[in-house]
Amino acid sequence: MGPTRIIPLMGSIHLVVPQPEEPPALHERAMDNLKYIRETMERATAFTGISGWGQVAIGFTALASAAISAQQKTFKAWLAVWMAEAVIALLIAGWSMDRKARAVKMPLLSGPGRKVAFSLSPPIFAGAIVTVVLYRAGLTNAIPGLWLLLYGTGVVTGGMFSVSAVPIMGLCFMALGAAAFFAPAEFANWLMAAGFGGLHIVFGVIIARRYGG
Amino acid sequence: MRDLGNAKARHVAPSLDRLIHERMRLGIVSALAANESLTFNDLKSLMNTTDGNLSVHARKLEDGGYIACTKSFDGRLPKTEYKLTVAGRRALENYLSHMETLIHQMRNG
Repeated sequence: MGPTRIIPLMGSIHLVVPQPEEPPALHERAMDNLKYIRETMERATAFTGISGWGQVAIGFTALASAAISAQQKTFKAWLAVWMAEAVIALLIAGWSMDRKARAVKMPLLSGPGRKVAFSLSPPIFAGAIVTVVLYRAGLTNAIPGLWLLLYGTGVVTGGMFSVSAVPIMGLCFMALGAAAFFAPAEFANWLMAAGFGGLHIVFGVIIARRYGG
Repeated sequence: MRDLGNAKARHVAPSLDRLIHERMRLGIVSALAANESLTFNDLKSLMNTTDGNLSVHARKLEDGGYIACTKSFDGRLPKTEYKLTVAGRRALENYLSHMETLIHQMRNG
């Protein structure tokens, strides 16, 4: 065996040393910190932004609407009562959330209101369209179930940013909606009262007692 | 240019409140500033952190007098609730004005 020869395969060897990244400037870190504070405050406000007492108020107006709508002779009149209730509930919800947001000096539309609006609007819009379709097709018995189910869907999705009581309330609405589809038509108004009245009152009290109003 | 700006901004940096400069503690104080009070579990969920990590940072803020902690029972379950103190709110306001001063100094070159 002859002497071992080392054949240089490479001309030279370079050490690969990672170049240190330039640290972010102080003002960039300051801006990043301000952004973090704002985002955390927005997230925290959205977390408890739903007003429990507002929900309770909505629950009582819904119970009154259920009592009034039960006395209506035509479906059109029944529908009109619940449409009016929807407008009243929307006004109460907006006012009570705004009041709660102001109490912590956080504008409603900076976070919580926007998130709730974006989460609730698509299912409510879908509900409005399908209501018209069902009404025209004469399938009015399906409307209460549809409303409860889609409202519950919006509350579940909107409630993902909020305290755990909110998505749980949404799931209860969805369960009532599903029940309304299969229950006899004469139970529909009771289920509406149980959902828009009962669930709002029960969960409203829980939210108000645990999360400051 | 960046070095010049940083040098000017460093006049402000040493007086930064180290207690809330840390990210988790800054988050806790910010979350409490937006709420009357929050429970331990609320904060844990909001800050997306572990029990141990939250406990350590909350204790530091409590020791510094920035947050107040009350322990009670919700039925049979123990409940720990945190509130921001006056000193804590003032500390956050000071911290915010420090950050704004840093940015302002940099912008004015």
